[in-house]
Amino acid sequence: MTSTANPPAKSLEVGAPRRAPSRFILLGSLILAFLALVAIAAPLIAPHDPESVDVHRVLGAPDLQHPFGSDVLGRDVASRIIYGLRASLLVSVSAVLASLILAVPLGLLAGYFGRWVDSTISRTLDLILVFPAMLLAVTFIAILGPGSVIAALAIAVIYLPILARVMRTSTLIVARNDYVAGSRARGASHLRVLVTHVAPNAFGPVIVQASVLSAFALQLEAGLSFLGLGTQPPTPSLGGMLADGREVLIQAPWVEIFPGLVIVIAVLGFTFLGEGLRRIFDPRGVGE
Amino acid sequence: MSAILSLDNVGVRFNAAGAAPPAPAVDGVSLQLHRGEIFGIVGESGSGKSTLANAVMGLLPANAAVSGSIRINDREVVGLDDEALRSMRGDEVSMIFQDPTASLDPTWPVGDQIAETIRAHYPVTAREAKARAIALMGEVGIADAAARYSDVPHRFSGGQRQRIVIAAALANNPQLLVADEPTTALDVTIQAQVLQLIDKLRRDHGTTVLLITHDLGVVSMICDRVGVMYGGKLLETATTEALFANPAHPYTRALFAANPAGAPRGARLPVIPAEWSVESLRDAELLRAAIGAANG
Amino acid sequence: MADLLRVEHLRKSYSGGRPWGRKPPPALNDVSVSVARGRTLGLVGESGSGKSTLGRCILGLTRPDSGAVIFDGVEVQALSGRALADFRRRVQPVFQDPFGSLDPRWPAGRSVRESLDCFGIGTPADRERRVLDLFDRVGLNPALAGRLPTHLSGGQRQRVGIAAALASEPELIIADEPVSALDMSVQAQILNLLMDLQKDLGVASVFISHDLGVVEHVSDEIAVMYHGEIVETGDTETVMTSPRHDYTRTLLAAIPRPRSSAPRRPPCPQPT
Repeated sequence: MTSTANPPAKSLEVGAPRRAPSRFILLGSLILAFLALVAIAAPLIAPHDPESVDVHRVLGAPDLQHPFGSDVLGRDVASRIIYGLRASLLVSVSAVLASLILAVPLGLLAGYFGRWVDSTISRTLDLILVFPAMLLAVTFIAILGPGSVIAALAIAVIYLPILARVMRTSTLIVARNDYVAGSRARGASHLRVLVTHVAPNAFGPVIVQASVLSAFALQLEAGLSFLGLGTQPPTPSLGGMLADGREVLIQAPWVEIFPGLVIVIAVLGFTFLGEGLRRIFDPRGVGE
Repeated sequence: MSAILSLDNVGVRFNAAGAAPPAPAVDGVSLQLHRGEIFGIVGESGSGKSTLANAVMGLLPANAAVSGSIRINDREVVGLDDEALRSMRGDEVSMIFQDPTASLDPTWPVGDQIAETIRAHYPVTAREAKARAIALMGEVGIADAAARYSDVPHRFSGGQRQRIVIAAALANNPQLLVADEPTTALDVTIQAQVLQLIDKLRRDHGTTVLLITHDLGVVSMICDRVGVMYGGKLLETATTEALFANPAHPYTRALFAANPAGAPRGARLPVIPAEWSVESLRDAELLRAAIGAANG
Repeated sequence: MADLLRVEHLRKSYSGGRPWGRKPPPALNDVSVSVARGRTLGLVGESGSGKSTLGRCILGLTRPDSGAVIFDGVEVQALSGRALADFRRRVQPVFQDPFGSLDPRWPAGRSVRESLDCFGIGTPADRERRVLDLFDRVGLNPALAGRLPTHLSGGQRQRVGIAAALASEPELIIADEPVSALDMSVQAQILNLLMDLQKDLGVASVFISHDLGVVEHVSDEIAVMYHGEIVETGDTETVMTSPRHDYTRTLLAAIPRPRSSAPRRPPCPQPT
């Protein structure tokens, strides 16, 4: 079956209007960089000690001293948000990273070797996919006890099959190319081919998926903290603050609104970054 | 003997925001197609032949600027609005492409796809459209057409799929059929059959055919007249016999000479001189892009 | 004179994974061919003929169900370790472009160097020198060694592919549709290159293509494949002028030939 001569060196290729994926990446990176900076510099910028109780300032409205007001125990909401951000970002990002570290090799092996290797890996990971994310997380925590580390672990396990599957798909596509066969014919071992040819070329879509999943991981962590299963008090957490704020929503809306707003901004940041990356690395939507 | 398709100094440029303006994809092409003839446009990649075909059909992307005049049945096509173009396509003028698999919806029965073309342009009942579709499938050589009406594309071979695409293209008896590399993706034995089918349909229905190809052999098989394109320009036109017997332009001569099928076995093939090569076109573009990037 | 390559009674089926239903026809069905040192065997067939599968079996990239591939007297299936590496060094592939035959992230020079790196041939400095040497030999400007494949034309990429195949000084090249994706003008250049290399280096090759015109031009012997079987073999002259099998005749008849190809050739520009 023939293909025609190389795709015409179209003027279209050279002169086609350049899309602006960079806008998304720029925006997403800015937001995340800002939030990360805030989280890292928490001890330096938090106006007050997030855990210090002040009975005189219970449910205090926002003012110059306490820009986001105070919560039901008189603690400064702004400071709690800054430290809570730390916990949320830490848990969600480390969860996704941990997941990636396992998912990438699994996906590579499944996609490259196929047959029984693929069946074994895919079927096992499918088992995890059967369960709804929240249910799995809660079960995990019920067994192992609550806390940020366990929450991170649970999230990592939940997203493992998704990331592995994306990696597997792009590996399948990349491994079909002649340069992979050529590499084998030129004496490369399977390992060498995987590391030098397949992995670098297949990596794009899974990175995109990872950044999108970070958004979800953040929400998942907030959800777990909301239920009291994630980051444990007195360590501030964004989800926990949402839980606390619910009861006083009418009298003191700032306790609920500001943490919620920050969660939304963080999620937006990850989503923009993911969309921008997708336009570069995964225009064909392998990771869909 | 009127001209079905009349091109007068047609040019196509693709606009690029900010970058250096690229060379025109089509540059000053003029030709006339007479009723019932098969006119071949032969060229290598980058010659602009496909762009020209798309311009005739009004299928160019938004960033393309068309200059000059394209008249189909004495009706000006350049600058025509989308609605008018859409009503012409599939009715007065049809196009078939290189890959039949991409031209057919993989989930629809093929018969329905042919019938849909009919119903899109004429107020016929479903039953009438189906009957006509079955007749068309028979005409293009699909055995047992009535039974195969409801089959989906992947149940057919590549050659059969292309025949179905041809059936859909000819459903409304278009005056002009534009075929862009219709047999390139097919096996050589099937190629001959599909080309002969196009020739036969042309004789039966009086359709005029604009055939785009890179293959001189295809041209020699069914084309009455030929135009040779390079770098967006139409270098020469002639009847097929005249072109093959006595090519005038050095590029055409070089193209013929480079064909291994004609050359003595084991002999080095004469190489097309650099100024006429496809590589030099590509190099020129890369250079332009580099200059544009340096300036812009 | 022993053959350099002998393929004997090769069989290969792709099961399709389903235990029920019709079994798909075998990709290779009792295929036997041979190639002598320094000679070119043209393998012709249309899609589904099995020619690419045969190529991959010869290269040792696909394992046949039964039969043997014997290279220089040694059965390829039985090789492992050092002996396998040795075989790989002596038998190299050239693929059909477009785009998939070179790693898009590797500069051209690195792709050419790959077999030298994997087989550990020479010092890094030696390898660099050899890469430039090879570029020269295939008619590429050595300055292109640092370019990525996307910035090379089809003809240039194909030359890179050929240079990569020649790096380990192979004795047999398996070329799978090496010019099918190229424009006619570029095709002519690459064919000239392949013929020159064969003459200069004495490399044997299996030239796989669907294009009988091209195959006829470069091959000493031709084998015609149809549906996984070899339906005709013989030296090129005989097969082209007096084909024995119906399918070969069909193939010959179906090739659209420019009408003037036999009687007179148009005046040619100077060969380079």
